[in-house]
Amino acid sequence: MSDRVDITLTVNGEPVSERVEARKTLVDFLREDLALTGSHIGCEHGVCGACTVRVNGDIVRGCLMLAAQCDGATVETIEGLSDSGEIADLQSAFEQRNALQCGYCTPGILATAQDLLRQGGVPDRATIREHLSGNYCRCTGYHAIVDAIESVAQARAGKR
Amino acid sequence: MKIAEDNPPILSALDRPNSYIGRSVPRPNIKRLAQGRGQYVSDVTLPRMGHAAFVRSPHAHARIVKIETAKAKKSPGVIAVVTGAELAKVMTPWVGVLTHLKGLKSAPQHAIAVERACWQGEAVCAVVARTRAEAEDACELVEVAYEELPALTDPETALDAKTPVLHASLGDNLCFERKLDVGEVDKAFAESDAIVETTFMFGRHTGVTTEARSIVADWNEGEQRMTVYQGTQAPHMMQDLFAKHLGLAHQQVRVLTKDVGGSFGIKVHTYADEMAAVALSKLLKRPVKFVADRIESFVTDIHARDHRIKAKIGVKKDGTITAFEIDDLTGIGPYSVYPRTSGIEANQIVGLVGGSYKCPNYRAQARVVFQNKNVMCQYRAVGHPIATAVTEALVELAAAKIGMDPLEIRRRNLVPDDGYPCAAPSGLKFEQLSHHESLAHLDSLMNYAGLRAEQKKLREKGIYRGIGFASFIEVTNPSAAFYGVGGARITSQDGATVKLDAQGMISIASGVTEQGQGAEAVLAQTVATSFGVPIEKVRVITGDTDNVPYGGGTWASRAAGIGGEAAWQAGKALRANVLAVAASILQAKPGELDIRNGVVVDAASGTERLPLEELARVAYFRPDTLPDGIQAELIATRHYVPRKWPFAFTNGIQASYLEVDVDTGFVKLLKHWCVEDCGTVINPQLVDEQIRGGVVQGIGAALYEHCVYDERGQLTNGNMADYLVPMAAEMPDIEIGHVVTPTGDSELGAKGAGEAGTAGAPGCVMNAINDALRPLGATPLTDMPFTPGKILAAIGKA
Repeated sequence: MSDRVDITLTVNGEPVSERVEARKTLVDFLREDLALTGSHIGCEHGVCGACTVRVNGDIVRGCLMLAAQCDGATVETIEGLSDSGEIADLQSAFEQRNALQCGYCTPGILATAQDLLRQGGVPDRATIREHLSGNYCRCTGYHAIVDAIESVAQARAGKR
Repeated sequence: MKIAEDNPPILSALDRPNSYIGRSVPRPNIKRLAQGRGQYVSDVTLPRMGHAAFVRSPHAHARIVKIETAKAKKSPGVIAVVTGAELAKVMTPWVGVLTHLKGLKSAPQHAIAVERACWQGEAVCAVVARTRAEAEDACELVEVAYEELPALTDPETALDAKTPVLHASLGDNLCFERKLDVGEVDKAFAESDAIVETTFMFGRHTGVTTEARSIVADWNEGEQRMTVYQGTQAPHMMQDLFAKHLGLAHQQVRVLTKDVGGSFGIKVHTYADEMAAVALSKLLKRPVKFVADRIESFVTDIHARDHRIKAKIGVKKDGTITAFEIDDLTGIGPYSVYPRTSGIEANQIVGLVGGSYKCPNYRAQARVVFQNKNVMCQYRAVGHPIATAVTEALVELAAAKIGMDPLEIRRRNLVPDDGYPCAAPSGLKFEQLSHHESLAHLDSLMNYAGLRAEQKKLREKGIYRGIGFASFIEVTNPSAAFYGVGGARITSQDGATVKLDAQGMISIASGVTEQGQGAEAVLAQTVATSFGVPIEKVRVITGDTDNVPYGGGTWASRAAGIGGEAAWQAGKALRANVLAVAASILQAKPGELDIRNGVVVDAASGTERLPLEELARVAYFRPDTLPDGIQAELIATRHYVPRKWPFAFTNGIQASYLEVDVDTGFVKLLKHWCVEDCGTVINPQLVDEQIRGGVVQGIGAALYEHCVYDERGQLTNGNMADYLVPMAAEMPDIEIGHVVTPTGDSELGAKGAGEAGTAGAPGCVMNAINDALRPLGATPLTDMPFTPGKILAAIGKA
């Protein structure tokens, strides 16, 4: 059995075909093979959420999924979410509210926040906090992040 | 002194026209970070770069009998396998001592252990390979024969005669000791109406930065130069240490610090594995990258706290505090950390306990002992969370004992706001603090009376809520008194170079560093204001020892107060230079001109005279048109170091409102408040977010975070599944208020704001839990972190 696997997938709208080590995680593949360094590595055991990316529309931990499992998948990272403009309002709110400091957890938090906001409605603060419960931020204490997400939810619902 | 508006007006006391002081402008670096376009060291790759991984000791204490590397060397992708003895030929060992901490001693530490491993996780062999995965594969093939030695794992017995001495050359296991006896302590206790005596425990915890420690070292053999990309808080300090231990000149070492994924004091120390990466690059003549993984971080990032403090307070019936006494024992690692030492935290605690209060009688003892556990050093708020928790718990326990309201006992004992300047019994000097003003502001901000009424009503329904407070003081803006006087080459001064470019825009190069706290925003605000341009026209450069003035970086809440003042002064100096040129072009007197919003104007009328772009055009491209003797100097550098006061102390008070589930022992944090006084507030939003983040880090200490070692010196929970950190769902909203008492040491008047949150929160939460459980007759909880099990035990339910 070969320890390398051929995969073909779509990353941020671009077709990608690569041969990867079977043991390689998705986030290592994105960072090392595709040089998409916006997805970060925090704990490598699925707790901190810094490597959160979107695969086939769902947010996943890039450290808990193997690149080999992504054959045929559609993967979206912070680079794609930024360039498409999909989360421009969220990013703007984070900037205005200083909802990031070192910025290392931010790509994962933005993906998680967008996942919540795509469900529609205006979540209350407790719901926002609950949805973020798998994303570790050491800098902000979360308050500003919750503020920023809450303001975007209200704006998208036309309530602000 | 005044209570600041929580949304201050556009102009402040430093009211230059177009002032940015006191305004919440967004940080210049925030947009790219929000787009995932940061450049962290873990993102850096260089041609021919090798990846280092380390074989680490599985034992807390063991003799290294033999290291067999042959198999590892043949593993795919391996570039080199290097032992401690081999690396010692390239890099000299170090000893972490400071001469002003009298008697502090430690033993030489190597980049990779030679002969003996002294804690579980100490590197004993390095592998460099084409990829990190291949380096780790080869680590599995390195065979190390160990002879296990007795491990020191109990600080209480470290100084017993029968306990083995960790470093024979030192004679005993005592790293540092400090004693203090001020006033008449015994007499004061004897005259007290009530005495509270208890023992506090503060578990070891660590920083858990989201980006682990990362370094890329690039020795260029042709240039004889080392370029180090490092996520550090102190690039110039590291330049000095790399040079010193590799036998190089400062000019041969460049340290570059780009984006840093969290620091909090973790990234201001010398780490053996980072020193090893630099030495490996020199040895192999190619770039070497090392990024700690999370498991390595837990066993090698400095740990902090781990204090056992026996403490005592005396109080009279009228609430007068008569005396404080503490006996602190702290177990550090096998080495005092270089170059800041592992003695500072205990030293701070001795200095700070009781420091907010009038009480003149104080006795303290602190002993710092070696252990076969991971090294310990300065982490956000260094000693303050412990000193504050001990002091504030004693005050509230004493208040409860005499039946006095916890805010009232503080009102009766805090140093009055008109009582400054003054000194604490320990000798720490205070310029001007605002404890009473802060307390009054907090009282109204939180609606204390209303909360007490709510608490009472809910208790009748079997709901146990608690309100706790912590007044605090915080060391910021350190002068040379912190490290320089002790012989460490850690600069306390900082510099800023400001220049006008050929389009009339401004750049600032500063010796302080950006870790996400917003130092670059503060620098931009100060220079935009003191020079006189729109902030959009200011660019900030930090984190490059080749290109910024010599400076200390970011630690002890110094970036805004010290780096900001240097930038403020540099901006003023450049304004004077530019106005001299403008005056000659306009045939006016420099004193009659000013620069506002990027335009040279008549100072009196504000009439626009000359855009900076035009001035720059003339100065750079048509200097021939300037009169003889007029040479435009369009760059200015200023340095600043606090001289009047060794430290600019800040102060404040926090409050916690929480609910304890008396069936499960879980604590639900309902709300947290902090009123603090960091002097001039340059950017209110950044200050508030520093405080919020700091508070949550302190809450982590109070409720969750603990590096648990077993009796053999094994860290039993060194991963993020078992070591708990504060997450969004459990954290409260945090309300901030300000009192503004500028320091007279600088023109800007700013003090530090980065650590106050962490200083006050643990004690505050402790007091709130004990307040909640008091009606149940609970034994006061004093052993952090306060896990559900400990809480249930305190109310007899475990």
